[in-house]
This record gives sequence, C-alpha cells and structure tokens, in this order.
Amino acid sequence: MGVTASSAITDPGAARTPGPPGPPLWLLAELTYRCPLHCVFCYNPVDFAQQSSELATEDWLRVLRQGRELGAVQLGLSGGEPLLRDDLEAIVAEAKRLGYYTNLLTSGVGLTRERAAALKTAGLDHVQLSFQDSTREMNDFLSHTKTFELKNRVAAIIKEQGWPMVLNVVIHRFNIDHIDRIIAMAAEFGAEYIELANTQYYSWAYLNRDQLLPTRAQLKQAEFVTDAWREKLGESMRIFFVAPDYHEGKAKKCVNGWGSMFLTVAPDGTALPCHTAKMLPGLAFPNVREQALRDIWFNSEGFNRYRGTGWMKEPCSSCEHREEDLGGCRCQAYLIAQDAQAADPVCRFSPHHDRVLDAVQRAEANAARGVIEHPLLFRDPVNSRRLAKATP
Amino acid sequence: MALSTDTRPRIGPGFRLQWEPVQNCHVLLYPEGMVKLNGSAGEIMKRCDGQRNVGDIVADLELAFSANGLQGDVLAFVEMAGKQRWLAWV
Repeated sequence: MGVTASSAITDPGAARTPGPPGPPLWLLAELTYRCPLHCVFCYNPVDFAQQSSELATEDWLRVLRQGRELGAVQLGLSGGEPLLRDDLEAIVAEAKRLGYYTNLLTSGVGLTRERAAALKTAGLDHVQLSFQDSTREMNDFLSHTKTFELKNRVAAIIKEQGWPMVLNVVIHRFNIDHIDRIIAMAAEFGAEYIELANTQYYSWAYLNRDQLLPTRAQLKQAEFVTDAWREKLGESMRIFFVAPDYHEGKAKKCVNGWGSMFLTVAPDGTALPCHTAKMLPGLAFPNVREQALRDIWFNSEGFNRYRGTGWMKEPCSSCEHREEDLGGCRCQAYLIAQDAQAADPVCRFSPHHDRVLDAVQRAEANAARGVIEHPLLFRDPVNSRRLAKATP
Repeated sequence: MALSTDTRPRIGPGFRLQWEPVQNCHVLLYPEGMVKLNGSAGEIMKRCDGQRNVGDIVADLELAFSANGLQGDVLAFVEMAGKQRWLAWV
C-alpha cells in the first residue's frame, strides 16, 4: 500500500485541533493472509499462520456499507493475495455500488484474462501490481516462487482492461542497485505510476533487517538514478520514491496520524489503525464481527489510544515537531525501544536512536564484507508456525 | 491542444469526481488517492463533461452565481487541472 490519500488543494492542512476525528477516508480490507508468495519483506504478522478464520462474504459487505456511511472513499483490497478469495468479484461489485474507489493490491498470481474481465465488469477501478525486481532471478528469489514471467503477462492484462496501473516494488539491499532497470521495466509496461517503496522494517522485514537494509551509498545512487528518470519521463509516468526512515534521522507521520484517516480490517475481522498495530501489547482491538465500524472508529480504546499528542512522553511531548510527525510510528517504537509510547527511534532526538544507527552501521559492514550471517527467512506457513511457537 | 474558450474538458482518465456528503465537498478520486476540492473548483469540475466548452462553462457559472468576469479564473483553473491530469481534452 502506498500513496497517501490526502493531497488537497484547499484543505486547511493545519494541525488538527482536538475534537472528534475526521472520517476514515481509507479502508484497507485485508481479505486473507493466504498468499502464494513468500516475500522476505512482508509486513503481515509473523504468526499469520496461527490466525483464526477469515470473515465471510456477508461480513465484508456489512463492513463496506458501514465504512461508506462513515465517509470512507478509498477501498484497498489486499492480503495476503486477495485473488485467493472466490468472492472478490462480489465484494468489488458492492464497493462499486456504494461509491468507493476500488484498488486491488495484488501479486498478480491468479489474475487470468477471465478473472480480470469479471473484475472489470464488477467495477474495479485500479490494480496495483507488485514486483520484486526487474530480473527473473531476483524476483523469483525474493518471493521464493517462479512468478516473473507471470507478472509480465499480468501487466499486459491490466493494460488491456484499461485500468490505471501502479507498479509497486519494495526496495532493499538486494534490488536497490537495479532501480534503473526497474523503472525502465515500468515504462515499457506503460505504467502510470511506479512506487519504489523502501522496505519498512516490521514483521518479516524486521526479522530480515540486517540483510535488507541498504547502505547510504546505495540509497544516494538510487535517488540519483530516480531523479534522472523523472527528468527523462516528465509527466508520462510518475515515480514515487519512498525514502527509508532509518537513514533519515526523521520520523514520519505514520498512517497520517493514528486513527486519523486509515482503518484496516484484518482477515479475521480485527479492526486496526494500521496493518501492523496488532503487535502492540496491552491494546485491545475490536472485531467487526462484534462491533459496528462507527463505534470502533470513535469509541474503542484501540483507536483512541494514540490519537493526537496527549499520550506522548518526552522528548515528543515538548518537541516543536510533535504535530508534524505525531511521534512517528508506534510499532517501530515498540520493536526497537520495547516501548510503544516512546519516540520513534528513527528520530534523531529519540533516546534510542543509537539502536537505529547501529543497525545501519551493521548493514554497511555486512555489505562491505559481502557476507550474510543468517539465512533470509521466507514468509511461509512453516516458518510462521515455528516463530509463533518460539515467542511467548 | 492549446487551451481556449472552445476547449471541451472532461474528467481525466483514471479519475472520478464525486460529491461526498460526509466531507461536504466534491472530491476527485484516483488510484489510492483523493483531492478535496473547494467550492469553486467543484463547481467548475462538475461542469466538465466533454460536451460543454470553457465558454459555456463560464456562462453557466456566471448565471448560476450572478457573477461576471469569471473567464480568467476558469481558464487558469482548467489549465492547472489539465497539468495535474484531473481534466483532459483533445
């Protein structure tokens, strides 16, 4: 998932004054954790294989209706691989009827010509296709599958249906040096947008962080290549380069502010302010099987816990940037500082910032030596069950 | 083609204009994004149907809002919206 839903030509844009939160403009429906790919940077929970049963079709249709009443306009259909749900067409059709702009976020596996036509008829607005790399070898290695040729075919099917195409490539040490080829590939496909999203280090990506973090030199070169392509392509294809926050010393306003715009519903019906928030300890997140979305959005502890700035501790609570970044990412604070209320450790003012610098330093050293001390952990059910058992 | 009062703009491919009661404004939706339009931008864009030309749109707006001299503002907005690909014309 990528481009943020809020370029506004007239929005006041100023810091939100305390008061009731605005509508959840972005509803992300994670339809399933099942996935044919086993990507090393996946942000799905490490224990995904342990999770209980998926919502039924009528549950999803109810969630869509409740979301639209609350004011949601963008609907992301994601996973896992959403094409594994047989009721995807029914879900899209209801979303269309309700007035959502519908985005399918897919690996492309399962998007046959017939399925694409059915989804078009149902009213699907847009497809975001993920690629792992521009070369077959690396694409297939990173996803632990043989899918490169298939993705090429799917790109053509997307164009055939007249959908705007966004290519999404998660960037890390193994593919960052191929950015020139990756952008060229997107241009050949006729993509409208390409998102070069540096890995965000949660879940599986966090487990593989020492292998995946790029070096500063790699990043600098990648940004240079990207700028050259922007110059060359002009308006014909937009390139989004999402910088990694580890290297910047600056926290990002995660999901545009906790409970301010994004609402994720996990496959089992858990409602979350962001797709990784379930890892945070001591927070009860409601389930759409038991509670209406309006009640969840406005009244639940899970959504109110980190709204605004009132929850902050130092150095955030007195920081002049607190409204700009809202303390950064809670999951990152928990993962790195073992404290979900701490400043995001990627921030240079965080008392835990040295842990981030150490990780970057380790990455530099590993890259220089060209050795990998631990094998990459692929996101598959066997690893998931093993890791879920290992952590209490 | 260069923009003039004869241009017939329509909503750009991949974009969708709709009224959002909860936000009390028109919005423009596109892949994974949204532009919130202010009142005048919404009034201009909802008239961009590929049938009416800019001259018609200006006349219609001047009538609807009992105003005159809107042509410059409308042309400037349509030009900007064309660059953003919110509007397209042949």
